[in-house]
Amino acid sequence: MPKVTIDGQTIEVPNGTTILEAARMIGGKSVPPAMCYYSKLKETGGYCRTCIVNVSKGSEKDPRPMPKPVPSCRTTVMDGMEVQNLTSPALLEARAGVVEFLLLNHPLDCPICDQAGECHLQDLGYENGKSKTRYEFARREFEPIDIGEKIKLHMKRCIHCFRCVKLADQLTPNRYQGMLNRGDHSEISTYIQHAVDNEFSGNMIDVCPVGALTDKTFRFKSRVWFVKPEDAHRKCPTCAGKARIWLKGEEVLRVTGRKDKYGEVIDWICNECRFDKKKTSDWVIEGPTHIDHHSVISMNHYETLVDLKHETDNHRKQLTNKKVNLGQGALDPNNS
Amino acid sequence: MGRQLLIDNIKDPVTGALTGINTLEGYRAHGGYKALEKALKLKPEEIVTEVQKSGLRGRGGAGFPTGMKWSFIAKPPGVPRHLVCNADESEPGTFKDRYLMHHKPHLLIEGMIISSFALGANLSYIYIRGEMMVQYHILQKAIDEAYAAGLLGKNILNSGFDLDLHVHPGAGAYICGEETGLIESLEGKRGNPRIKPPFPAISGVWNRPTVVNNVETLAAIVPILNMGAEEYAKIGIGKSTGTKLISASGHINKPGVYEIELGVPVEEFIYSESYCGGMKGGRKLKAVVAGGSSVPILPAELILKTAKGEPRLMTYESLGDGGFATGTMLGSGGFIVMDESTSVVKNLFNFTRFYHHESCGQCSPCREGTGWMEKILHKILDGHGTVADIDLLWDIQGKIEGKTICPLGEAAAWPVAAAIRHFRPEFEEYVKNPGKIKDVKHYYRLNNLEPVN
Amino acid sequence: MQNNTRPKFSPEAYELIQRIIKRYPEGKQKSAILPVLHIAQAEFNGWLSAPVMDYVAGILSIKPIEVYEVASFYSMFNLKPVGKCVIEVCRTGPCWLMGAEDVVKHIEKKLGIKEGETTKDGMFTLKTVECLAACGTAPIMQIGETYHESLSLEKVDSILNDYKTNTTESISHWDKKHIAQGLKE
Repeated sequence: MPKVTIDGQTIEVPNGTTILEAARMIGGKSVPPAMCYYSKLKETGGYCRTCIVNVSKGSEKDPRPMPKPVPSCRTTVMDGMEVQNLTSPALLEARAGVVEFLLLNHPLDCPICDQAGECHLQDLGYENGKSKTRYEFARREFEPIDIGEKIKLHMKRCIHCFRCVKLADQLTPNRYQGMLNRGDHSEISTYIQHAVDNEFSGNMIDVCPVGALTDKTFRFKSRVWFVKPEDAHRKCPTCAGKARIWLKGEEVLRVTGRKDKYGEVIDWICNECRFDKKKTSDWVIEGPTHIDHHSVISMNHYETLVDLKHETDNHRKQLTNKKVNLGQGALDPNNS
Repeated sequence: MGRQLLIDNIKDPVTGALTGINTLEGYRAHGGYKALEKALKLKPEEIVTEVQKSGLRGRGGAGFPTGMKWSFIAKPPGVPRHLVCNADESEPGTFKDRYLMHHKPHLLIEGMIISSFALGANLSYIYIRGEMMVQYHILQKAIDEAYAAGLLGKNILNSGFDLDLHVHPGAGAYICGEETGLIESLEGKRGNPRIKPPFPAISGVWNRPTVVNNVETLAAIVPILNMGAEEYAKIGIGKSTGTKLISASGHINKPGVYEIELGVPVEEFIYSESYCGGMKGGRKLKAVVAGGSSVPILPAELILKTAKGEPRLMTYESLGDGGFATGTMLGSGGFIVMDESTSVVKNLFNFTRFYHHESCGQCSPCREGTGWMEKILHKILDGHGTVADIDLLWDIQGKIEGKTICPLGEAAAWPVAAAIRHFRPEFEEYVKNPGKIKDVKHYYRLNNLEPVN
Repeated sequence: MQNNTRPKFSPEAYELIQRIIKRYPEGKQKSAILPVLHIAQAEFNGWLSAPVMDYVAGILSIKPIEVYEVASFYSMFNLKPVGKCVIEVCRTGPCWLMGAEDVVKHIEKKLGIKEGETTKDGMFTLKTVECLAACGTAPIMQIGETYHESLSLEKVDSILNDYKTNTTESISHWDKKHIAQGLKE
């Protein structure tokens, strides 16, 4: 098992682990941001260049540093490798450059974008970018195309992560959309008018890191921070039926897959669950969702309660570890 | 003039008429396929060693030792291996491979058979630029001749070695000259370069071990076998062994393809009657792009002499002397000469537009950065530029270089860096005296850009 | 340009395509897409319509989107109707140094069209392209498979007049004579 050190934190990982996955195992702030890599899909990553890191020592065997920053999502850990992320100012400057490139032609139409509040590009911009752009030319435009009744494609917002293309290849029987044209005119398109519609196509919305693919059934209904996410499930013949429902009062405004703290879907859901089950009675509600990342959604009212719950849990664990007898009741770890 | 090993016998030295070496018969009349006969009697490893001893370096641009590249090929049992010839010659200023394939297709084919044998490949391809359809059909015809003569197919010259060789056309994409972009294209996909590792030697075409070599590199295998690696290595200087095809273009009296023994002084190459024949119209030399558009441009004083004051030679090392601060690269040997009337800024705009047009769009720095640099240069040419724009260009190229999946990022960044490094006053002139610039509307039209207010 | 009937390759072209597919290992027939699209462009008036690309997808047993992705990536494929002669003038580096801009301007004036446009009679389309690898004989332009090198404005005039008089059907990069002859192997 190779050992890797990232920003001074050492971890032993299974053979074949990438630097990014190793960083996620360590957790915390040294995890590089990833806009195109998606651990649930095969052969993703390497395109956006936001997850680049410096390798200051290649391995125990060959300690030479790597000459250029490497994409952490596609670089495998070697034993004794030393990686700099936050500890290299030059790397952070290079990443800021990548963020500037990603935002160069982005329309910055967050005020009218349904993704705002849960957009990875927003997070990336806040955390790694600069507040001002140096780009003074007209931003890129695309002819809008219609890809069906349920999914809205806004090509101007796309950052060319290829996730939706890989998803269509790996999860659906036929792929209708792809990357067309070349260079900065590349676009996700069906070329001829064609609806992207099959049992699992809605997952494209969940894997899209930006507002390029959004849910038409939720379009302009609410800002995400005004809706309340709850984990819920239902018996579904097509998928596992484990979803996240977004409530406003008693109304289900939208249904999405459940996502982990890196924004990746845990279980794919089918289009029926996503688009057609919009009543609370369709679902068995498990409880409020904890949103880990400091997105604006976590500023919502219930988040403090969730935080409190976590604090209590942690406190309880510590107490249990100290083997303090508190008797039965609320603090019993088996009784929560 | 030195020895010619690759483009010899194309024309009659006296009459200048074509010798017919493009046919199998003509090629054989000049000793063709003798190296193959010799090679098939050797063990494959012996050929690899021979190529290593020759010191041959990749002629496509990177200059990586060919024998070493061959030694990396993985040999998992039961998995076919492939040799692919990179004939996607697209680097602006380079036209040697087209010339070679046009006149001596059998030299390339012979080199490919020997190299396939050395690598243990039984199915090889020549990936040729789609634009070179004429040469595609020339190669196809030569391949047909070779099959008919038992030089391709089963049991070549009774050696027990089988090889199928095919030619495959591209369709207009500079990026397919990058070896993994080429592999993707050969698989019938968009020419998006792959993320490395794995390198093609481990996982290339159809995930099989693959070696990709330039046309001139594979052609050079033939003289190496014929004359022996030691003799070949005697030509040239130091680690720059053998001969190199130089494509000379621009403001010179005799543009064309020249085969030089590595080590010819740059000054001699430009001014000697044996090569470029001096500057057109007797005008003054201003700058040279020595190895195809991607390599740093050098002003006259630095291309003729190194910063140390020594004469600059046509070798990998001498052209690289001084690093990028005062040196450049031999690259693909695309030697573009510019006289005093040339605007370096306009030339840079032209090159930058090229890289913008040819970016595959896969990774962010290149997709967005190349277009941005083009627009800024456009703005400067149009008389709306500021000194801050020059600094911005410098900053952008630095943010592209080394951050991309493939070397197109560097290829786009280096010309910008070098032009500003060596010709900054010229950029400032454009910025400070916009009134001098004429005929700028042209640039808008070609790029459908809105004028900057 | 394109009639409404389903596209169909000529028997010679179809046979050639089948031979080309055999150059690649079994199951890797997708590799033949670039040569097949070149032949398709030659067979169907110099451009690739959606039905033509769907037809190619069928022949290669791949999804139509895979053909669209590839066809739109490579600059030699025309996705819109073009004139019988597509004039491709090299605009890069060495050609630019030797006066490619003047050649483009001259053709534009002569034909009364701008770059990217087609003459009203459907004879000429003018394109500018990147380096054609003939920098030693700059400036150059390509029509079909032929490179016209060391251009002067007078030479351009006479070349275009020739094409205007002698062209009856559309000229493509993969010249029709190579399809008719077939390839012996």
